[in-house]
Amino acid sequence: MNLGRWRSRLLLAAIFSVCAGVAAAADAPLVATPVVTTDAFGQLTNPGLQARFERITKNLRCLVCQNESIADSNVELAADLRRQVREMLVAGQSDDAIFKFMTDRYGDFVRFNPPLTPKTWLIWGAPFIVLALGVLIIVRIVRRRARMPLDDDPTAAAS
Amino acid sequence: MGKFLIPFAAFVALAVVFALGLNPNRDIHALPSPLIGKAAPAIALSDVMDPSKSVRNADFKGQVYIVNVWGTWCEACRAEQEALLDIAQQHVVPIIGLVYMDQRDKARAWLQQLGNPYTAVAFDSDGRTAINWGVYGAPETFLVDRQGRVIYKFISPITPQVWQHEFLPRIAAARAGA
Repeated sequence: MNLGRWRSRLLLAAIFSVCAGVAAAADAPLVATPVVTTDAFGQLTNPGLQARFERITKNLRCLVCQNESIADSNVELAADLRRQVREMLVAGQSDDAIFKFMTDRYGDFVRFNPPLTPKTWLIWGAPFIVLALGVLIIVRIVRRRARMPLDDDPTAAAS
Repeated sequence: MGKFLIPFAAFVALAVVFALGLNPNRDIHALPSPLIGKAAPAIALSDVMDPSKSVRNADFKGQVYIVNVWGTWCEACRAEQEALLDIAQQHVVPIIGLVYMDQRDKARAWLQQLGNPYTAVAFDSDGRTAINWGVYGAPETFLVDRQGRVIYKFISPITPQVWQHEFLPRIAAARAGA
């Protein structure tokens, strides 16, 4: 019998049992929360993650004070959501996954740039609709003026 | 005649927008919940009265139940408490309380002082469960059907009228449907 193999198996079993113990201890519905390390200014120690953190939190609406982002708001819910974003970033989650986590719970309203859906097409389409209306009005005015008889115009007669 | 039609139509359109937007009965902070029709997020927290006991909504699966989010900092919850005590007396559905952004002893004192309408009260110490439920204030109340799906969310204090007109018909429908 190979003693080394047994030893490595024992080691594996020990690792598994520790993992199982950790999983059982964290009986919260979420996966074990990652350790978030921040510097003296409360910034994530990884500058890349900190930049993503700032961009994401600026794009998430604080639902208590609806015109502020969770990056700007001081209310407790915003702090809880910032913690959530930090933890998900440190856990290696993508920006899309973080936005999806938020919209699954709070709806598209939580985003300052809501995705194009049948419910939001009016928000995104309104500028184009207004532009089209403006073009229509200008075309009508120009056409009407084009039809006006020139001899009514005293300056035209003078030239 | 045609000259006035467009300004008049524009006026009517604007009036309709204002009538909808400025309706005083409309709660501008009430948002539709994306949870409706989806599985209720898990509640697995300690009991506010006895930290050694746990409160799990999984234990209520197969029943229609209510989750009521509250906190002692929330004045509207105080107003709601009386209605909830009446509702609890009717024994229609179990009511799970979820204490949000609060301290355990404050919540306990509140229940002892005002009365406890809850079947069980879960203590959300870090707000994580509330985030999973999309909670952004209190009181908020969710109705969950027998399959464990969220079927209704009500934001603001429950009154006897709200209970009568919004909750009871939905509870009856949820029971008839399954």
